[in-house]
Amino acid sequence: MKISERVNQVPPSGIRRFFELAEEMDDVISLGVGEPDFTAPWSAREAAIDSLERGKTSYTANRGMRELREAIAGRAATEYDLDYDPDEEILVTAGASEAIDAAFRAFCDPGDTVAVAQPSYVSYVPGVVFAGGEPLPVPTREADEFRLTAEVLREAGAEEAEALVYCYPNNPTGATMREEHLEPVAAFAREHDLTVLADEIYADLTYDGDHTSIATLPGMRERTVVFNGFSKAYAMTGLRLGYALAPPEAIQAMNRIHQYGMLSAPTTAQYAALDALEHCSDDVQEMRAQYDRRRRFVLSRFAEMGIECFEATGAFYVFPESPWEDAEAFAEALLEECGVAMVPGDVFGAGGEGHLRVSYATGLNELREAMDRIEAFLE
Amino acid sequence: MNTRAELVSLLRENARYTTVDLARMTGAEEREVESTIEALETEGVIRGYSAVVDWRNTDDEPVRALVECNVTLDRETGYDDIAKRLVGFPEVESLRLVSGEYDFSMTVEADSMGEVSRFVSEKVAPVPEITQTVTHYLMESYKEHGIEFDGDRDDDRLSVSP
Repeated sequence: MKISERVNQVPPSGIRRFFELAEEMDDVISLGVGEPDFTAPWSAREAAIDSLERGKTSYTANRGMRELREAIAGRAATEYDLDYDPDEEILVTAGASEAIDAAFRAFCDPGDTVAVAQPSYVSYVPGVVFAGGEPLPVPTREADEFRLTAEVLREAGAEEAEALVYCYPNNPTGATMREEHLEPVAAFAREHDLTVLADEIYADLTYDGDHTSIATLPGMRERTVVFNGFSKAYAMTGLRLGYALAPPEAIQAMNRIHQYGMLSAPTTAQYAALDALEHCSDDVQEMRAQYDRRRRFVLSRFAEMGIECFEATGAFYVFPESPWEDAEAFAEALLEECGVAMVPGDVFGAGGEGHLRVSYATGLNELREAMDRIEAFLE
Repeated sequence: MNTRAELVSLLRENARYTTVDLARMTGAEEREVESTIEALETEGVIRGYSAVVDWRNTDDEPVRALVECNVTLDRETGYDDIAKRLVGFPEVESLRLVSGEYDFSMTVEADSMGEVSRFVSEKVAPVPEITQTVTHYLMESYKEHGIEFDGDRDDDRLSVSP
């Protein structure tokens, strides 16, 4: 069977190998998990159950249920003072991942360059390749606290790119960008006419103040596609519900792909998401408070162990420097000898070398045990 | 950040968190954590620390009962007076004044059903202001102090994921 060149071009995910290693072992405390350890709020689950009981099992509109799009528009208005038309400027998708994939395919012609801020979520580069585009890695620097800057964009040659994709709060570094950090990036995008694909799936998990969306900056709403969803903040990963906010022509283009590929996002999940937006903000606050405690705990333990780690202020990851020069060897030894799984930073692309992604989406008792094991391993 | 509120919340979650861990989690200095907890104890905000026990996993499971009590009050006797008398019995594990169809909700603990029955009939019922008692034996505990007894759910998330 012939496999397409595009698929052959993309190697299997580096995460896969660590997953397989970890799966073979017993008594593993995994700090390699990219999803909440909480369960989706009961109210949202109940809404999903209720929708099934009432037999709401048909397709919805391609763009998603209107009441959900209205609720999403309401959230954008309340949180960011951004007005999006529920009919023209919002697309509900099967997870933010689907929205991002649709965007790559909607905006890339063969050979088009998409600048990818790195280290980054592992799906961006393959997504660009599958869309026929050319990913251009833009490595961020620890000295800049892994923030995207105009300087690194210039150094990478991003002025030639058609689009820029990034994720803040960031997976895997936990870095966030405030307005003053985003402004030079926005200026760069305006100057070089870049479409900005802003993955804000971790927006609600920001610990150093409010999250800023780049779409709120002057001249940016019209060139930005914002991605968000319910997986991380509402602990609804398995329900696969995300969305995109963008100007009408962008949503129209993405919807053309979505309507043929997916038709519509899962109906049950849309009911859960609607309820989540309407009733679950307290649950989000509570989960964020717990993550924040764990974040401080983990940062503090690494500091005490003498492991360098900048202060991550978002998502549920920290990104310490590897105590060994070879981060992959360290991660492997740690897993094999101590049963603690974390992911080497280079899996997430340029700029991640020599680091480890540590997820604190795990109970405090497990985190303490993991930190004790790491400390003992290093002694 | 309100360190007092944060510490109360954390200690309610797990009273065995060490001062060092509490400092790590709240970002406060260890000394501040110690003095705040001391103040919370002195002020009577924190009244004590206890273990949440799943008795099913022990060989000496006590018999526990929820006892509803109705009382009548007169000019000289208020709820607090009756409560004061009831909390003095070592068999009473908790006592609460509640709204609704009865006045006091009391958890009683003893070695056998007979002991619980005797306690209720010989010690509680004779209290002059108590007009009625209803005893419900606790058959199974599923959750206490916010801790689910069958809550050791296996973490079925992928061990490494994007």
